[in-house]
Amino acid sequence: MKNFIKGLWREHPIFRQLLGMCPTLAVTTSALNGLSMGLAVVFVLFFSSLVVSTIKRIIPHQVRIAVYTVIIATFVTIVDIFLKAQFPDISKALGPYIPLIIVNCIILGRCEAFASKHNISSSLSDALGMGLGFTWGLFLLGSIRELFGAGTILAGTAFKIEVMPSAYNPLIVMILPAGAFLVLGLLVAIMNRIEQ
Amino acid sequence: MKETIKITSVLTVVCMLCAFFLSFVYDKAQIKIKENKKKDIEDAISKLMPEASAEKIEIDNEQIYRLSNKKNGLLAYAFIASGQGYQGKIKMLVVVDSSFKKLEGIEVLESIETPGLGAKIQEKRFKNQFNGLDVSSPIEYVQGSPDKDNQIVAITGATVSSRAVTNILNKKIEELKKIMEIKL
Repeated sequence: MKNFIKGLWREHPIFRQLLGMCPTLAVTTSALNGLSMGLAVVFVLFFSSLVVSTIKRIIPHQVRIAVYTVIIATFVTIVDIFLKAQFPDISKALGPYIPLIIVNCIILGRCEAFASKHNISSSLSDALGMGLGFTWGLFLLGSIRELFGAGTILAGTAFKIEVMPSAYNPLIVMILPAGAFLVLGLLVAIMNRIEQ
Repeated sequence: MKETIKITSVLTVVCMLCAFFLSFVYDKAQIKIKENKKKDIEDAISKLMPEASAEKIEIDNEQIYRLSNKKNGLLAYAFIASGQGYQGKIKMLVVVDSSFKKLEGIEVLESIETPGLGAKIQEKRFKNQFNGLDVSSPIEYVQGSPDKDNQIVAITGATVSSRAVTNILNKKIEELKKIMEIKL
C-alpha cells in the first residue's frame, strides 16, 4: 500500500521527480491525449515490472539494462499495435510518442530502482502507483491546456464539454510547446507550495 | 567463459520469447489495421464523391482508384498523395476528374501540423478551395485573393504547411499524368 501511494503524490513522477518530460510536454495538447498516453504507460509499466521482478534472479548483472529494454520494448510495441488496430484516431494523435515510451525514463527507472530489487507484489503496487500518478499528471496538464487553448475539455470523447462561451478566442499558445512549459512550471510551483 | 555463455543464453532466450510473443500479437492485429486504413480511404472517397463506387487499379506500382457509377460511367480518379509537411508527413486523398484537368477535392488523412496554425489545412475553409481547382498547370498559392483558376489562398501564419500541400499535390499529379498518358 505504501508503495502504491507514494507514486500518486509524495514521489510523483512528473511533479516531484521531473521524469518523463518528453511525453509530458509533447502529448498533453488535450485531456484525451494526456489520458491515453498515461494509460499506455500504466500498461507498459505494470507488465514490465511484473516480468522484471519475476525473472530478476536469472538476469546477469552486466546485461540487465539490455534485458529490461527488450522487455519494455515488447510491451510498448504491443500497445502501439493495439492502438493502431482498435483506436486509430488516438494512435494518429499520439504519433511517434507511443514508440518513444520505450525510452521513457520512468519505466526503465522503476524497473532498475524498484522491480529488480523487490518482490512481485510490491513491484506491482509501485508500478501501478507511479503509472497512475503519471496519468493524473498528464490528464491535468492536458485538461488545463485544452481548456485555455481550445475552450473545451475531453474533446474527441462522448464527454466533451464546451466550457468556454462560443465568443472565447482560444489562446493558441497553450497548445503549442510554450504552453506546456508554462503550465508544467506553474503546477510544479503549486505542488512545492502545498508540500511546504 | 561460463559467464559469457550465461549472458548470451539469457539474452537470446529473452529476445526469442519477446519476438515470439510480438509476432503473435502482430498477426492478430494486422487484419484490423489494414481494415482501418482501407476504411479511412473509403470514407474520404465517399465524402468527396458520394455517388460513385470505387475500384482499385494498379498502374506502374501506383495505386489508383477508379470512381464510376452505372449512369455516367467513369467519373474521376482518386489517389493518395503524401509528403513532408512542417512537422511531419502529410497524407491526403485526392480526387481528380477523369481528364486530370480539374480537382474534385482533397481530404487530409494524416498530418501533424502545428495546432491552431498549420492544422487548419484540415478545415473546410482551406480544403474547399481545392474543389474544382484547375490543375492543367501546377497549383499556386497566394496571399490575399486568388485571380486565377489554379490558385489557392495560403493560411495566414502557416505558409509552410500551405506550400507543402500544394507541392505534394503538384508533384503527385504531375507523376500520375505521365503514367496515365502512356497507359490510357
